[in-house]
Amino acid sequence: MSQISAEQVEKLHAQLKSIQEPKGYFFNKDSQYVYDLLEGLLQNRQRYGYACCPCRLAVNDREADKDIICPCVYREADVAQYGTCYCGLYVSREFNEGKIPVQTVPERRGE
Amino acid sequence: MPPVKIYTLSTCGHCKSTKRFLDDNDVRYDFVDVDLLQGEEREKVIDEVKQINSRLSFPTIIIGDTIIVGFKEDQISEALGL
Repeated sequence: MSQISAEQVEKLHAQLKSIQEPKGYFFNKDSQYVYDLLEGLLQNRQRYGYACCPCRLAVNDREADKDIICPCVYREADVAQYGTCYCGLYVSREFNEGKIPVQTVPERRGE
Repeated sequence: MPPVKIYTLSTCGHCKSTKRFLDDNDVRYDFVDVDLLQGEEREKVIDEVKQINSRLSFPTIIIGDTIIVGFKEDQISEALGL
């Protein structure tokens, strides 16, 4: 697996930021954490052909993994309830303002 | 200090935070990045994880007899006796 470059991560960061913020989904204010996750997304895109959640085990089958292709189908409910998505990449404005307690988001998948 | 084993994913932020926390506290641990495994070994380890965490979510952390799912710092500290 070839190394992901900083330029690739920064390009993805800019792309996603412009698309997701207008929808109310902000990157976690912990920028190093976000950087690592975006790198993970690019690694997953490289090895599976699609950018699935860096915090879930993919099975390398797009159909079986379609619910966890980022942004996952669980993001809306998780951000609404916990202020953050499962992996912590996307958060609400209030979460970044420290108005929501940081807690581990339980896995909804398979409920 | 109880034995520590963690099942992780190489791309997972919570898993990296868990490893960093253990490193920062000089805790020796074994880890398995499950996403980097292939074939029979991968299936074997997936079965291991499902035995203790049927949701197959990560990190799955074993500290002695205590199983913790997710980077829950307070629970990890308590189980380690920190």
